[in-house]
Amino acid sequence: MFGQFFQTIFQADFLFIIIRITAPILFAALAAVISEKAGVANIGLEGMMMITALFGFLFAYWTQSWVVGVLGAMLVGILLGLMMGFFSFKLKTDIILSGIAVNMLGTGGTIFLLYMFTGLRGNTGALVSPNILIPTIDIPLINKIPVLGEILSGHAILTYLAFIFVFILRIFLYRTPLGLKIRAVGENPNAASSVGVSVTRMKYIAIAMSGALAGLGGAFMSMYYSQGWNQGMVAGRGFIALAAQAMGRGEPVGAMFSSLLFGLAQAMKTKVSGLRGMASYNYLIEMIPYVVTIIGLVFYAMSIKRKARRHQLKPIKEKLS
Amino acid sequence: MEANEFVVRMEKITKIYPNGIAANRDVDFTIRKGEIHALIGENGAGKSTLMKILFGLEQPTDGTIYLNDERVTLSSPLEAISKGIGMVHQHFMLVSSLTVAENIVLGMAPKKGGLFIDYKEAVRLTREYSERYNLFVEPDARVADIAVGMKQKVEILKALVRGAQVLILDEPTAVLTTQETVELFQELKNLKEQGFTIVFISHKLKEIKELTDRITIMRAGRSVGVYDTDSISEQEISRLMVGRDVVLKMDKPESVPGERVLCVEDLHYINEWDKKMLDGISFSVRQGEIVGIAGVEGNGQRELVDILFGLKMPDSGDATIDGQSLIGLPQARIRTLGVSYVPEDRMTFGVAQTANIQENMVSDRYSQKRFNKGPLFNMKSLYDESDKLIMDYAVLCKSRAQEVGMLSGGNIQKVVVAREFSSDPILIIADQPTRGIDVGATELIRNKLVELSRAGAAVLLVSADLNEVMELSDNLIVMYNGQIAGYFDDGQWDDLMMGEYMLGLKRQSDEEIRRACHA
Repeated sequence: MFGQFFQTIFQADFLFIIIRITAPILFAALAAVISEKAGVANIGLEGMMMITALFGFLFAYWTQSWVVGVLGAMLVGILLGLMMGFFSFKLKTDIILSGIAVNMLGTGGTIFLLYMFTGLRGNTGALVSPNILIPTIDIPLINKIPVLGEILSGHAILTYLAFIFVFILRIFLYRTPLGLKIRAVGENPNAASSVGVSVTRMKYIAIAMSGALAGLGGAFMSMYYSQGWNQGMVAGRGFIALAAQAMGRGEPVGAMFSSLLFGLAQAMKTKVSGLRGMASYNYLIEMIPYVVTIIGLVFYAMSIKRKARRHQLKPIKEKLS
Repeated sequence: MEANEFVVRMEKITKIYPNGIAANRDVDFTIRKGEIHALIGENGAGKSTLMKILFGLEQPTDGTIYLNDERVTLSSPLEAISKGIGMVHQHFMLVSSLTVAENIVLGMAPKKGGLFIDYKEAVRLTREYSERYNLFVEPDARVADIAVGMKQKVEILKALVRGAQVLILDEPTAVLTTQETVELFQELKNLKEQGFTIVFISHKLKEIKELTDRITIMRAGRSVGVYDTDSISEQEISRLMVGRDVVLKMDKPESVPGERVLCVEDLHYINEWDKKMLDGISFSVRQGEIVGIAGVEGNGQRELVDILFGLKMPDSGDATIDGQSLIGLPQARIRTLGVSYVPEDRMTFGVAQTANIQENMVSDRYSQKRFNKGPLFNMKSLYDESDKLIMDYAVLCKSRAQEVGMLSGGNIQKVVVAREFSSDPILIIADQPTRGIDVGATELIRNKLVELSRAGAAVLLVSADLNEVMELSDNLIVMYNGQIAGYFDDGQWDDLMMGEYMLGLKRQSDEEIRRACHA
């Protein structure tokens, strides 16, 4: 069995799958990074992805254009972000609560909306056509390189975009005035407002951008990854993304590596469950990504603690002995 | 010169907060161009409020503001900044993870290519201002890594870069070392020469005499006078500030010290930044006496109290209550040994703000048998207890069910004190027990402290209010730099002499200091 396992793992095909699976997590993780930088905990990512996945698909179906679908998903994501912001910054609800509300809207509301708009129940399988799926592209030259070509070429446009966004976001945060203001607001709102930076405005901007990125993740799910919208499609990716943000120390590049780790776990799950004789362990295998998430977070917490200890208080007990 | 010599003219400023507290009443305040103007007053005299109004952080209930003879309304700091007013807050408004240059240009960052921050330009701008005004900073250093003195310069530069002509400095020397203070004064004088106008909020008389040209004294929300600094003596300033000529003498019965209760032996504590905060402190407190600890804040008093109440671990040394060491004990254990604690930060450590008065008053004793009936509280006895305490300590409230956070500072402290003083303590540690509260509550707390000590409790009183320690203490310890600089047990002390010990000008011989430990 292990021989069979390693055979599947050590293939270009496996690395290709990791990249593919990582992309939506990465979008959501970047969404978490940008809002967290402004001091806004966007716990509603899961719901945002559900809703934007649905609307992305519907817009694409109505116009028969995947581009409109992707843009529509981003727009809906922005609107959801602004809505969360309105509830929290204007009406002063706890941001966690508005995040939970969006998540619940994502699970319950989408089924209702789907039925309302299309009469379909649970999934959009019947509406799928090639026009509305995000196309894949072969990268010239690279696709000629053996192995590497197989891994890197032939992904969906949005997959590349996810990885490009890592660097765009990094540059945005660290090299632009707006990014500087967002970071300042997240770290010390008083300092920011004392020089005339509007804290609320920066938070709105950050959560709207977060929504747009979540929208890209949602569109990727329904318009490429699962080829149609269905109810259980996002499957916790919004929460895994929050873990990736934390593990990546809130930095875009860090979040990318954590996302890749979670992508690897997901890919492993897929591969292992495909092996002969594994059918009876199905539920066990299903756990892999989540177990990896928990282990990842434990390591993260440990490293933070170690770091804190180096800088901070000598804990009481240690000093006593 | 005619009227326009005044850059700032505030007339008849009144500020009444929604809760009815009048922070300013009919205050007139004027600043001449190019002067350093001191604004002085006790805590709560209204000087911060007045400056917040000038900086657009608060709106006056009544009154008018003129800048260069032009009537203005300042509805936000941004507006004040644009009109040339800058403020350096006591708590710095800096973002630690950003560099000095980034902090300075935050909100007005120079751009290149229309999109990106021109960081080089930010550094250049920082250097330019830094050199022009002789305020040395490290543009590329992260704010988290620089010393307090430099942070303050960053704050001043922030204001200057934004075109401030009038600089408000809110107690700028409170956080500085002596050397840094000397430097700051040099820099401020330099700025004055270059035509800037400076408002200097402080309650350190010496600094005001040294630095400022004119002085406005505030007391209880009103301005009680404007003087040329040269024409008024420190004594006079202090008299106007406090509104009484002499320290009112407390009539307290003679102390008859009994057995040793608290005994502190050779405590050492090094803080997380490797600074020696306690360097061999030894003293004892006996039954029936009040031992005061005087000293400029930051000389180890905080750490000493924290150790005595189990909030910090010393690196070496011991502290005992009736012979039992309390080092390493949890607070609940320390309390059962008979120690009461009035914390300096009452909002964090003294009360649960959202709980009500009754709940706060019994929070140290709710597990006692008399307050319980089986698995439930005996509500009646809880109510009786709190009602009695409310009466005894004259807590001004609607009822025992009122939320503590809604009370005034003085009444919140009364709630704390009522609880701490009523548990039959053998040792009371009172840390700044009357800071920032009204006169009535202050008197009550002081009287209770004397009363309890005369009834046999040992009292350790730590206070930055020199009058308070001098008035209340039977014996007095002065701390300087983590050590005891002097021990006085003859009741013969005055503020001049205290000042010399507090500022490290004088130190008793080891022999004399050893007397603080009674056999």
